[in-house]
This record gives sequence, C-alpha cells and structure tokens, in this order.
Amino acid sequence: MSYRIVHYINQFYAGIGGEEKADIRPEIREGVVGPGMALKGALGSEATVVATVICGDSYFASNMEQASAEILEMMKQYKPDAVVAGPAFNAGRYGTACGAICEAVMKNLGIPAVSGMYPENPGVEMYKKSFYIVETPDSAVGMRKAIPAMAKLVLKLLKGETLGTPAEEGYIERGIRKNKFYDKLAAERAVDMFVAKLQGKPFVTEYPMPVFDRVPPNPAVKDMKNATIALVTSGGICPKGNPDHIEASSASKFGEYDITDVKDLTCDDFCTAHGGYDATYADQDADRVLPVDVLRDMEKEGVFKKLYNKFYSTVGNGTAVASAKKFGAEIARKLIADGVTAVILTST
Amino acid sequence: MVKEIERAGLPVVHVCTIVPISLTVGANRIIPAVAIPHPLGDPSKTAEEEKQIRRRLVERSLKALQTEITDQTVFND
Repeated sequence: MSYRIVHYINQFYAGIGGEEKADIRPEIREGVVGPGMALKGALGSEATVVATVICGDSYFASNMEQASAEILEMMKQYKPDAVVAGPAFNAGRYGTACGAICEAVMKNLGIPAVSGMYPENPGVEMYKKSFYIVETPDSAVGMRKAIPAMAKLVLKLLKGETLGTPAEEGYIERGIRKNKFYDKLAAERAVDMFVAKLQGKPFVTEYPMPVFDRVPPNPAVKDMKNATIALVTSGGICPKGNPDHIEASSASKFGEYDITDVKDLTCDDFCTAHGGYDATYADQDADRVLPVDVLRDMEKEGVFKKLYNKFYSTVGNGTAVASAKKFGAEIARKLIADGVTAVILTST
Repeated sequence: MVKEIERAGLPVVHVCTIVPISLTVGANRIIPAVAIPHPLGDPSKTAEEEKQIRRRLVERSLKALQTEITDQTVFND
C-alpha cells in the first residue's frame, strides 16, 4: 500500500506569482504542483502526493487562524496519512505558514507532518517544538538536498521507525529528551568530556542548554511633551532611486536619511527598496510604512517635542539575524548620541 | 533590530503586521498593524480615512511607549 501525502506550498512555488499574488486565498489541486514533482520522485513507490494546497503568504500571515482552519478542511477531503509543507528555506511568512499548518495537522488530524527551513527562519523558533523541521540552506538552491531529506523523514515517521538524533537525521532540534543506556557511568562520561575540553579536543554534550535571548523592557517615557521620537523601519523606505543601493533581500546595510524639512513622504521623493512584499502601496505613499506625515502633525500640536531629523531604514527580507543585530546596535548608538528619547520601529 | 535598540537602553515600540514573529524576535511593546504591504495605511480607504487610521496607530504607539510594562505586551487598543 502506498501512503497518501498532501503537500503545502505558497503562491510563488505554485507558479502563480510573486508578491503581487501573495494575498491569494487557499486552494487545493489534485496531484503534484511545483516542488511536489521532486517530492514525488524522492518518495518513490512508498508514498503518493495525492493533492497540493496552495496559499498566498500574505493571506496566510494576515489570517492565520482562519487560513489554517480552511486548509485543514481541504486536506481532510484527501484523507492524508501525512502532510509535507515547503521547504520554506529562509522565507519568513512561508516558514510561519508551514509551521502553523504542520502544527494544526498534528494536533487536529493526528498524523505526522514535516517541513524544511533554514535555522534562522522565524517559523523554526515558533514551531520547532511541535514537529520535525528538516534543516535546509537559506535559499531554493538547496531544494535538491532538502526534498530527499524531508521525504526520508516523513517515510520513517509513517512507518513508525525510531528516529535518531537531530544530527543523524538532519532535523532541527526539538528540545526532546530521551533516556538512553550507556555502558559508562554518567560521572565517567562527564569527566571524559571535561578532560577533552581541557585538552581543547572536540566533545558532544548530551544535554545542550537552550539559549534564551530576551531583553527586559525599558522604563516608559515619562515626559512625552519634551521627548524626541525617532523612526526606524525594516520596510525598506528610502529616497527615490535607493541611493545607498540597499539590497531587495538579504540586506548588508542600512540607510540614514535626513527628513529635516520633510512633512510628508511623497511618491516623488520616496519609495521602498524591499523585495519581500508588494511595493505598490509603499511606492504610492511611503507614509503607509513610515508615518512621517502624522508625526509631523503631532509634533506641531505639541504631543511630543521633536521628530528626530533622520530616519533609519533597511530591508528585512531574508536578512541574517547577525546583520540585523549589528544594524540595530549601530542605529541605537547614533540615536542615543543625539539625545533621542524613544523609537517607533515599523515592519512590513 | 528592535531588541538591539531596546538593549541599548531606548524604549522602542514595534509596529508590525505579523505579531507572532515580533513576539518570537523579542519585541516588548508591540502594536498590531493593518497589513503587510501597508502596515500604517489602507489603500481601499480615502486619503483622509487612511491618515486617521495611521494617526490612531501612532497615538497607540506613543501610549505604549508611556506605559510601564514588565513583559512582552501587545497593545490592541
């Protein structure tokens, strides 16, 4: 017997379109679509892709609960034994959608679900505890490696085979602890590791510690009337023509732009450099992403003292966490040096 | 970026559409926005209505900045 698999992909991989089609509602098609062809090949005769659900990334991200429910109903009609979603690589909305759907499938249908993502995809942090996510490279260049790994994992789960460690199987650690018997006592193993560490030799911990990086909130602004407010965005707003050539994705830099006499971001002077959302609306009126017009009004009314005379902008689209950290720290340093009180940061 | 600005000591409010991502990233003061391609606007409305929507979101942001919190908080109204 061949297992029945339903595959989930976004509008881009379905060949429907890019950001301009990211708001399409979910639909289901019989058989394989796009990367489903490679999945079909990797599954061989043991499992069949019976149907493919396609949904726009923005539609899903903006209507997560409703979209998940709609998609589950569609999937049910095809009586799947398992669901495969993606791979989403480093696409944030797509990864979030894959994660939410797989989690809902496991919870509501009680069948295995597998996805594939780059470790920095926000979908990993959100859903890695709920189901198996195969680690992939950050872009579709890694498709040929990702699909066979996902197929192998889902087949193992379907057959009820015991899975090895994350490193052995290629999935992202879920924080599950398993008891295991060793010939050597724990104390001996610990001393062995310690000795290896002292000698600068490699060793593998049996219990990696989770890393939590949380920053406590700063105290509230007490005197808004005397405050200087600064604007920062990951939505890619920049002067028309993108003078600093901020990349449309995987940005390597941020821009600093003077708005001393700017009362309103008009389409003659400002646009977006972002390649991860439909730029139509931001190009028409960049205030939709960076609210300079409203802040100028409020500055005039005396709600706060001053809108800081520069804004900082980068493109948050597949941008490495390490880069974003560096940008944030540099921007903060400049703002503090100039006496800014508080920041409004907008994201698309 | 939000977290590094906060870490440096500046109160920061994150206006964004996908709140779960903002929570995962570690923003503390979060304002849910309108939609991904136009977080602080709505092209289906008239220019005036749109500016009012934006004004409300900015007012809510300033209110969030003036609110003492101890943990991640989503300011819905």
